[in-house]
Formats: sequence, C-alpha cells, structure tokens
Amino acid sequence: MVERILEVERLSVDIQVPAGMLRAVQGIDFHVDRGETLCIVGESGCGKSITALSLMNLLPSSAIRSANKLELDGQDIRNLDERKMSDLRGDRIAMIFQEPMTSLNPAYTIGNQLEEAMLRHRNVSRSEARDRAVFLLEKVGITGARGRLKQYPHQLSGGLRQRVMIAMSLMCGPDLIIADEPTTALDVTIQAQILHLLADLQREFNMSLILITHDLGIVARVADRVAVMYAGEFVETGSADEVFNRPSHPYTQGLLNCIPIPGKTKRGAHLGAIPGIVPSLIGYMEGCHFASRCQFAQDDCLRGDIAFRDAAKGGHEYRCVLSPAETARNIKKASAA
Amino acid sequence: MNKPVIEVADATKTFMVSAGFMRGKMPLHAVNGVSVEVQQGEVLGIVGESGCGKTTLARMMLGLLDPTSGAIKVNGQPVHEVDRLEVARQLQPIFQDPYSSLNPRKSIGDIVTLPLKVQGDPDPGTWKSRAEEMMELVGLPRRVYNNYPSQLSGGQRQRVAIARALINRPQIVICDEPTSALDVSVQSQILNLLQDLRKEFGLTYIIISHNLAVVEHMATRVAVMYLGRIVEQADTESLFSSPKHPYTEALLGSVLTPEPGLGVPDTHLGAAYPNPIDPPSGCTFHPRCAKVMDRCSKQFPPIIPTKGGFVECHLYADDVKPGKVATTRRRTAAAKAKTGRAATVRKTTRKRTSASKGK
Repeated sequence: MVERILEVERLSVDIQVPAGMLRAVQGIDFHVDRGETLCIVGESGCGKSITALSLMNLLPSSAIRSANKLELDGQDIRNLDERKMSDLRGDRIAMIFQEPMTSLNPAYTIGNQLEEAMLRHRNVSRSEARDRAVFLLEKVGITGARGRLKQYPHQLSGGLRQRVMIAMSLMCGPDLIIADEPTTALDVTIQAQILHLLADLQREFNMSLILITHDLGIVARVADRVAVMYAGEFVETGSADEVFNRPSHPYTQGLLNCIPIPGKTKRGAHLGAIPGIVPSLIGYMEGCHFASRCQFAQDDCLRGDIAFRDAAKGGHEYRCVLSPAETARNIKKASAA
Repeated sequence: MNKPVIEVADATKTFMVSAGFMRGKMPLHAVNGVSVEVQQGEVLGIVGESGCGKTTLARMMLGLLDPTSGAIKVNGQPVHEVDRLEVARQLQPIFQDPYSSLNPRKSIGDIVTLPLKVQGDPDPGTWKSRAEEMMELVGLPRRVYNNYPSQLSGGQRQRVAIARALINRPQIVICDEPTSALDVSVQSQILNLLQDLRKEFGLTYIIISHNLAVVEHMATRVAVMYLGRIVEQADTESLFSSPKHPYTEALLGSVLTPEPGLGVPDTHLGAAYPNPIDPPSGCTFHPRCAKVMDRCSKQFPPIIPTKGGFVECHLYADDVKPGKVATTRRRTAAAKAKTGRAATVRKTTRKRTSASKGK
C-alpha cells in the first residue's frame, strides 16, 4: 500500500499586479507518494516556483491561493494559520532553494543556521542539535564537519553551500523536500554529485521529493514521475519513462527537439525550435495555452477547457485536442517534410 | 583551414589577490601557460568548471586584459600592441547575460549602431538602414529599432547583442556562455542563428561554455581547461568519442542526457575543486583523479600528442607501458561495472560511439 504524502487538487494562485490579475497557477492536480520523486519541468515564468512557494505558504502577500484539496499526509493544510504552518515548515516539509549564495544568512555561522530548525521544532538541547548537524554534514560529504559549524557561508564554495542547504533541510527528517532548481547555479560535475547525493539520501530516509527544474536532462535521470508545466498549467504528466519515450503533448515534443542529444542529434544540424513567446498570464485565457505556438493548432484548440486524455495506461496523461494516433501521424508528416 | 587567425603562445595571466587580512598578496595563476591556435572558419569550444580560467583567456584574446607573459596574436599581430579599434574590427564578443550586457538607457538602434560610431564609419546616412538589415538577419523585427532592452525578451536581447557584434563584419566572434541565461526553446533558436550566421559570413567562433551538449553540437575542436591549463585538446569527434584525460572523462560522465532510466552518474570526482591560489603539486588534477599514480603528485605531466590534438597526462607517457595503461583502464571499467549505475554510463558511451560511427 503506497502512502500518499501530498495530495493537491485544483491548486490556483492569482497575483494582483498593476496590469490586472496574473493567473500564475491555474488549477493543477498532483500527488506525491512516500519515497517518490516528482519533477515539475517548464521554462521560466511558467509558474513552477510559485507552485513550490504556495505549498509552503510562502507566497507574497499580493498572491491569493485557492485549492479544492491540499493535504500533507492526510492533514488539510489549506487554512492553517501562520503559527501552525511554521510548525510544519522545516519539520514535515523542507525546501532547498536555487541560490545557495543568497539563501543562507551571511551574518550567522552555518552551525547556527543548521541547529535553528531543530531547536524550533524539537525539544532538544543545543548539544543534541549540534550532534545532529555534524552527523548530517558528514552524510552530505563535508569533511571536518565539527570545525565547519563555526564557519560563515562566505567561507564555503557554491557546492559546499548547497550541501549545507541539503543538510539543513534534513535536520528534522521531513516527509517531503521541495527542491527548486537545486543545481542550476553549479558546475556540471558538482551538479552530478549533488543529485547523486540527493537520490541516496532520499532512499536512505525514505523521503518524498518534488524537484523543480528547467533541465530535461536532470528530469530524465532523477524523476519517477514528471509533470510538464506551461503557462500556469500542467500539459503532460506521467512516468519519466513514458513522457520521454512517448512525449504526447506538442509542447513536450518541442522541448525535447530543442536540446542537442549527444549521439542522436547530428552535429551542427539545425535544432528544433518553438516559435513565438509565452502568452501573458494576465486575465482569463480560453482554450489551450500553447495554441499560439503550436504547429498542429486548429480551431478546436481555442475553445473551452481542454481536457486531459490518456496517452497510456498507468497515468500518462496529456492535455490536447489531438488523440495519440493523430499526434503520431502529425509528427511523421512533419519529419518527412 | 590554412592560416591561424588567433595564436596564443604560452600565455599566462597572474592576478595578485589578497590572502586574508594583513597577510599581503598571493599570486593566482588564472591562466597558466596556455597555447592554442584557432584556424580560419573553425569553431573552437572551450570547456571547464568555473574558475578554470576560460573567461580570463577570452578576455586576453579580446585585448581587454594583457597577458602577464606569453603572446597573443590576432591575424599575426600581437593584440596588446595593435590599436584597440583595429582589434575590435576583427574580434567581437557576445556575453553571457543579455540582461546586463545591454545598456538599459539606450534604444536598440543606438546599441546596434554604436560600433559604427566608435569605428568612425564614414557614412552615417546608412547607419540606420545597415542596422535594420542586420537586425533582420538575426531575426529581430525592424520595428524594435526605437525600443529599449527592457521591452524585449531574453532571446531577443541576445539577438541584439549578436547584431551589435556583427555590424562591423568581424572575422572572429568570441561567445562567452552565449545561451546559459536562456530557456531551452530560446537556446535552440540562438544556436541555430549562430550556425546560420557562421555560414553566411564565414565566421570563426570561439565558444566558451560549461554546457557540454552545446559545445559538442557547435564546435569543430574542443579544448578542456583545468586550473588555468588546457589539459586536453582534440577535434570534437575524437574528444567526445574517446576522451583521453581522466578529467575529460569525468566531465563527459557528468552530462545528463535526457534518457530516462540511466540514473545520475557517479563522477568519482571526490575532492572539491582545489584552491587556485595554492594548487596541488605535480599534475594539478591528481587529488581528484581516479587513475592517479605515484608520479602524478611529483612531476608535471608531459604533453603527449594524440590523434587530432594533445593530452597532458602521465598515463600516456612513453615509459608507462601501454599494456599497463590498458589494464588500469580495464580494471576501472570492471570496478565500475559492479555498480549497475556505472554500467549504464558505459552503455551510453558505447551508444555514443556507434552513433557517431554511423554518421
């Protein structure tokens, strides 16, 4: 029996901006089981970071969150007050932010920042918290951990800071970690190490992970399930295997054609491109959000709400008017032309 | 492919950096004896981790920094002796971040025509039409001529930077991380554009990037930098199908291609990037190297010519018996095969080789 850690139904986030109501997230559904990794992938401005912040209830005050269901391990967290919510944050859900340079406080030692969550949530002494911090720093591969506790963030390199962030998120043994672009600011070699580490720790502590990224390479290697996000909506969800081997939404297909794949893409050849730009999310938009950039768009795409359809059994769904057979035919036609 | 347009001979750049409060200054060898030639019409990719000196090398080629020692020649003339304007006519940069490399208070037209003004172009009447023509070539609508950078998207801004670089028809363009600030769908458009412009104007590119997939796609020859030195250089085909230097292997192993089910590779690069003020002895890569030998920490590695380039590594020295090298390599492969994850990495390498053979 799988244990459902997070269940989200019809999550929307509206942000009041001078030009009107920005509909950053428009009714997305997803769930995360224990020990599972869900990757949310999309380009900048599609609403993936806002989704993460809304789960933590860390949205700016001009934003309004609404959802039909928002349950953490069976507990409804929609209407928790700030105090109850901060009891959960760092304890049951933890977050790893993109920029390890800016998300650590430069004025406090890392020891101080590591112990803080533990002292806040658990009835422990400072020395117990320190032991846990040393244990976790060693777990994330930092040598001389006890000495490091007295250091300030500026004394650490980018890779080390991100490791400290990971250790910090693990302090209270959370059920769910939300990692928002955890390796974007790092070198490829360090990126591989950090992702490797996250996967190992996740297995060891049986945690769930929501990983937010724009890098399809990371998604393919890390995710159990994938949600492709475009302009505030999910356009395709399914297992990593299904989504990468049988991409069904034209946007997913377009994204996969855009990146050179060593050994597959002919060197120097033209890469695929998605013409046009992301539509403005201010105000109500009818039909498919991708229609203005889609090469297969037809009249039906601009009408009403486009429903999800099944691409395969086992939860591979995509939001498009075209059936899988029609899409396959279109792709064949496009590649022949 | 006959004459080198850029020749870098044993260039070094040393910065004096503060080692701490009241401790005086220490030398940091950002570029430490680099020799490289770029031929007409070629695309040279430079890869390496942050802090390895790739941007410093590019800045020296542009004449923005003088080398501490060594020589850098553009079309046979030493860069730091020639007039800056003359260098700028032949060599233009495209920078990483189109949000900070364009002046927010200048209109697009001003930005694109500025190089003409700086070069004292004799025909101001044609500036506007030439700028518009160039904007069209890089895929910008003529109507944005009077707009400001803040009104454009990231991809459009990078197109402005490209138009500005090309308006004086330079021979060589140095692209420092040209797409890393852009989304994937925009990245592919810019890469396609750079390819088209190269054919159109017969340009020579130097592409600096940490994205190996981009470099593999664009470059004809690749140089791998580590701690201020080029540790391996070869044509793209050989470098990616049979990397020689253990660092190149590790870099290639860290690339995450979008193939599900392979997992994240273990790069075996245990230690962190060393402190460039106090680099390790001998081969500077030895503390992180999976194939380290006794001599690596004691002697500088020799430069060994390879098919299509060179590698700087003790593994390929004459007195290290070829048989011995082969066994070390096989042993590591066997050790890797024990973990399923590493085995899949090997599978990718094989796939990569067979695919490139098929071309």
